[in-house]
Amino acid sequence: MYGNAYIDPNDKAAAMLAGEDPQKLDAFEKRIAAGEKIEPKDWMPREYRKQLIRMIEQHAHSEIIGALPEGTWITRAPGFRRKLALMAKVQDEVGHAQLLYSAAETLGKSREAMINDLITGKSKYSNVFNYPAFTWADACIIAWLIDAGAIINQVANAKGSYGPYCRALDRICTEESFHLKYGHDNVVTLATGTQKQREMVQGALTRWWPPIMHFFGPSDKISNHTEILMRWKVKMASNDDMRQQFLNMYVPKIWDLGLVLPDPNLKKNDAGIWEYTEPDWEEFKKVINGGGPCNAERLAVRRNAEERGRWVREALNTSESKYIVPLA
Amino acid sequence: MIKSLDPRVTRAEIEIENPIAPLNELDQWETYEVFHQKKRGDQHMHVGIVHAPNAEMAFLFGKEQYGRRGFSVNIWVVKTRDVFASEYDDSDIFDTVPEKQYREAGGYKVMEKINKYKKGV
Repeated sequence: MYGNAYIDPNDKAAAMLAGEDPQKLDAFEKRIAAGEKIEPKDWMPREYRKQLIRMIEQHAHSEIIGALPEGTWITRAPGFRRKLALMAKVQDEVGHAQLLYSAAETLGKSREAMINDLITGKSKYSNVFNYPAFTWADACIIAWLIDAGAIINQVANAKGSYGPYCRALDRICTEESFHLKYGHDNVVTLATGTQKQREMVQGALTRWWPPIMHFFGPSDKISNHTEILMRWKVKMASNDDMRQQFLNMYVPKIWDLGLVLPDPNLKKNDAGIWEYTEPDWEEFKKVINGGGPCNAERLAVRRNAEERGRWVREALNTSESKYIVPLA
Repeated sequence: MIKSLDPRVTRAEIEIENPIAPLNELDQWETYEVFHQKKRGDQHMHVGIVHAPNAEMAFLFGKEQYGRRGFSVNIWVVKTRDVFASEYDDSDIFDTVPEKQYREAGGYKVMEKINKYKKGV
């Protein structure tokens, strides 16, 4: 620490670097600028560690909670093949949570602490999973478009600076490519099917469009704080850029199927930028803070799973077990 | 009781207010490092970790986590705490290695000498 130099509480950028050793910080930034990865035991600024833990942990929670709305339809998937495929997809999502928890653990937060923060509502997860999957078509829209959004986010983050997170994301992206194809196949089947099937998929799309527009989050405030996170390759793309990329890749595919998106202002302008009605960010805030249709159920189900499995985990535990932070 | 769209959740008879005691340390067990071999003849590659109470369970979790796609012929699991690893801070211990050209095939260049000799003959 450098004594008690005054830090303007409003200057987040200065606060996030306060007290860091300038030589170590310089070497750290040079390493990242040269395209090298940071590994768990390397020196890193406190804020880098904190932001990564928050981000990777939330990502892990999203995978595990995301398995709930999708799992809703396992028992009633139309046909044996789709049931097998959906079970495989849901297993993948839970597996992704395991990979991500492991990556976050290398930064020094234990898995138990992360699960505790999830089930008490302290940690967040992706807002989209606080909405219900009313019909089979909802599960199809999630598998196609939510996974599409996730892939855009994950492909960007896989080029980040923290080795364990990048390695987990590379594996995750490979597996997600099956989810995307599977979801698209399901949506195409419904959209090219009977009148009733078309109505079903159109209904699901209309319901899911606002959460999908929320998915990448509100426009980033351009601040020194975000600038530093981008320099450290923690944040790899702005929320708006990712949303644009998503619209550019998927709106034409949706329109190809003759489906209607519930936004009369959605169009690509002459400059190649997608214009849209600003999503309702008040709704987004309400849901992320616990006020969505499924928040309470999701966490209750999660707590229930932890509680009912506890005796099994305890019975298997041996006194000689010893936790140390994973290596990579 | 939660009345859910998900029949599995409804069947599980879950209270919406169901506070639980926090998970204790080691509730999720310790970790094992997993090494995976794609095909006979390949090196085993480190692919990540699993949490497990013993080696047999680590093997099962490792198979599900890292061997459920593509090809696998063999998996090893090793307790993380049994791995003795070097520190990145000490990576200068490897610094002189690239300079030791006498260990490399490329460190031996004879054509120049041979050509010179032939010209001289």
